[in-house]
Amino acid sequence: MATLCRDCLRVTAEDVPACPCGSPRLVRHPELLRLTVAHVDCDAFYAAIEKRDRPELLTRPVIVGGGRRGVVAACCYVARTRGVRSAMPMFQALRACPDAVVIRPDMAKYAAEARRIRALMEALTPLLEPLSIDEAVLDLAGTAALHGAPPAAVLARFAQAVEREVGVTVSIGLAPNRLLAKIAAERDKPRGFAVIGRAEAAALLAPEPVTLLPGVGPALARRLAAAGITRLGQLQALPERDALARFGEEGPSLVARARGEDPRPVRPEREARSISAETTFERDLREAAELERPLWHLCEKLARRLGEKGLAAGGVVLKLKTAGFALRTRHARLPAPTRLPETLFEAARPLLRKEADGTAFRLVGIGAQPLAPAAEADRGDLADPEAPRRAARWAAVEALRARFGEGAVVRGRGLAPR
Amino acid sequence: MKFTVDRAVLLKALAHVQSVVERRNTIPILANVLLEATKDGTLRLTATDMEIAIVEEVVGAAVAQPGKTTAPAATLYEIVRKLPEAAKVELQHPGGDAPLALRAGRFATSLVVLPVEDFPSMTEGKLPTVFSLKAGTLRALIDRTRFAISTEETRYYLNGIYLHAGESDGTPVLRAVATDGHRLARVEEPLPDGAKGMPGVIVPRKTVAELRKLADEAQDEIEIRLSDTKIQFRFGAVALTSKLIDGTFPEYERVIPRGNDKVLRVDKKAFEDAVNRVAAISTERSRPVKLSLDRNHLLLSAASPDQGQAQEELDGEVVRYENGPLEIGFQARYLTDITGLIEGEVEFRFADGSAPTLVQDVAKTDALYVLMPMRV
Repeated sequence: MATLCRDCLRVTAEDVPACPCGSPRLVRHPELLRLTVAHVDCDAFYAAIEKRDRPELLTRPVIVGGGRRGVVAACCYVARTRGVRSAMPMFQALRACPDAVVIRPDMAKYAAEARRIRALMEALTPLLEPLSIDEAVLDLAGTAALHGAPPAAVLARFAQAVEREVGVTVSIGLAPNRLLAKIAAERDKPRGFAVIGRAEAAALLAPEPVTLLPGVGPALARRLAAAGITRLGQLQALPERDALARFGEEGPSLVARARGEDPRPVRPEREARSISAETTFERDLREAAELERPLWHLCEKLARRLGEKGLAAGGVVLKLKTAGFALRTRHARLPAPTRLPETLFEAARPLLRKEADGTAFRLVGIGAQPLAPAAEADRGDLADPEAPRRAARWAAVEALRARFGEGAVVRGRGLAPR
Repeated sequence: MKFTVDRAVLLKALAHVQSVVERRNTIPILANVLLEATKDGTLRLTATDMEIAIVEEVVGAAVAQPGKTTAPAATLYEIVRKLPEAAKVELQHPGGDAPLALRAGRFATSLVVLPVEDFPSMTEGKLPTVFSLKAGTLRALIDRTRFAISTEETRYYLNGIYLHAGESDGTPVLRAVATDGHRLARVEEPLPDGAKGMPGVIVPRKTVAELRKLADEAQDEIEIRLSDTKIQFRFGAVALTSKLIDGTFPEYERVIPRGNDKVLRVDKKAFEDAVNRVAAISTERSRPVKLSLDRNHLLLSAASPDQGQAQEELDGEVVRYENGPLEIGFQARYLTDITGLIEGEVEFRFADGSAPTLVQDVAKTDALYVLMPMRV
């Protein structure tokens, strides 16, 4: 059985009782040197950064949250022992842990730290797929020659680098596929390194509840329970025909996942399903005319993002949040895809006018959905033969701005009122 | 209010007005028809959806007691429709909240009414432009343009027929234009007296549909009155008043190609049948059909990745084409929508495989159609 020392990074092909360096942090697994897919998750990321910056909090329960939404964004492991969980409403968290230190989230700081960690990952493999600010899946297949070490050792070295350079800890799951890697990462937290091999996967998953599988939420769990299935082992035993009959098209893939199989590759750039831009106002706005100015700026921002990604909007989604935090989203399909701010704006404006009924709004956003290839955008038609010229004009404006700065060309609509 | 009227007379008027009433309605009064009986024996029925109002006057009712009330239009229509053909219908309303009593022979019903004061009146305002069109002319204007009206909400100004005065080779004309961006239809008629200087107006799709139904029954002239916000059509005892679409119709003249010099003339029936046969293979919603042209030869083809492919050749017997090879694709339905309006021979004028194409009836040039090709 292969062994890896997570401290001195020594790799041995046979089982050793202890590492010569004296470290007890050994990972033993028969498939250790063959596995390449890793799920990396930062431990209590926001809270860990706050503790790093304020060492006096090290032993205190720390909750990052409050702020606008009044829920726990992250909590340290001390707070977790008291029953605090992510996404828990703040009042409930403080009832469970009244002496917690509550820190308002500083997203800019977390994003900067996340970028440093991301840069360390990028040095490991090009097959890197970020899943959230503090989570990613990596495939290190074929990198052993480059790094002069098997993936397991490279990952252990990466975990050390994150601790040393960023000052937070990560948990790593190593497995033959991304599903098992994610499950592995969850099994040994914080500062963990867990391995699930191909051979043991099914047996290891069998006694677990069905909700362990990502994608099995309360609704599906209820449907499964109604069929008498609560453990993954029961799902594993289901013949494909029955899976199809009972749970529809998703049935067979559900059974495969229960067995620890997952054919999804690690894709470096996850395809965006929608692109959007939003802004929160300094004071609540009610009038359509007042709301239109930020909306216009967002349309320009969205148009730029579409341009950068080589995509176009097949429709627009208008998002509004009321002063009372109620979310309203409205959708309009476009007759033809566009990447022009004025076309986005003209589609969103009637939606906005319908909603501007005197309600106070704190946020407006605009998204492109569905997305379409840029080549299909703004080609014009019989009712709008000018579209290609408008597209050329927008490209020229963007070129001027890139060269002379944002303020070089401004639409009248974008100017602040005097 | 109390009057007696022939079932046939009442049914005809109710059929007209109830058609305007929206089936699904959040404002109860809009589901009702306003019934007014006057001393001189006139019965007036009014229905509206706030965008369109229709008023029909019926003569020959025996009014015993003048008055007015409102009753559910669809229900009243259904009941009257099911009465025996020669029945005399008596309607009586004592006033206030009391129900409307309907009697015909040994049948009796009472209908819940809503107050007359709640019934919205659509004021016409001044309608300074007044002219008349033959019913057949109006039908022809509508029939050859309505297929191109857009249903797309974002470009609401395309949701109707653009009616305006123009000029064709120095002759003043009345033009009806509709486009959904993919096709455009333009039909013109000599400008009738009184239409000179009229504002360009966009008549909403629903109004067009109601008008077209009514125009089937019109024998002679239909009088049109309009301002820049309202339009009214009057014939016989019916007046249909509608709001106009408040928007600017695109400058369509610029998209009508002038220099298309590759001319295909093809027999309408042979072409239409071939398009329908070939397109049947396609599984795509747009059913693209490819036209491959060569000297006096036209090959129509369509392919579907799941179903296979189909093609049909048309040659010198039905095809006249003197130019070099050309390939161009169109949605099958867009082609047949237009050829369906053409009698004998269709003329296509192409520029190339990706530019707007002009389509006309060889024998009748008052209508002109523009089609955007699609990539096939």
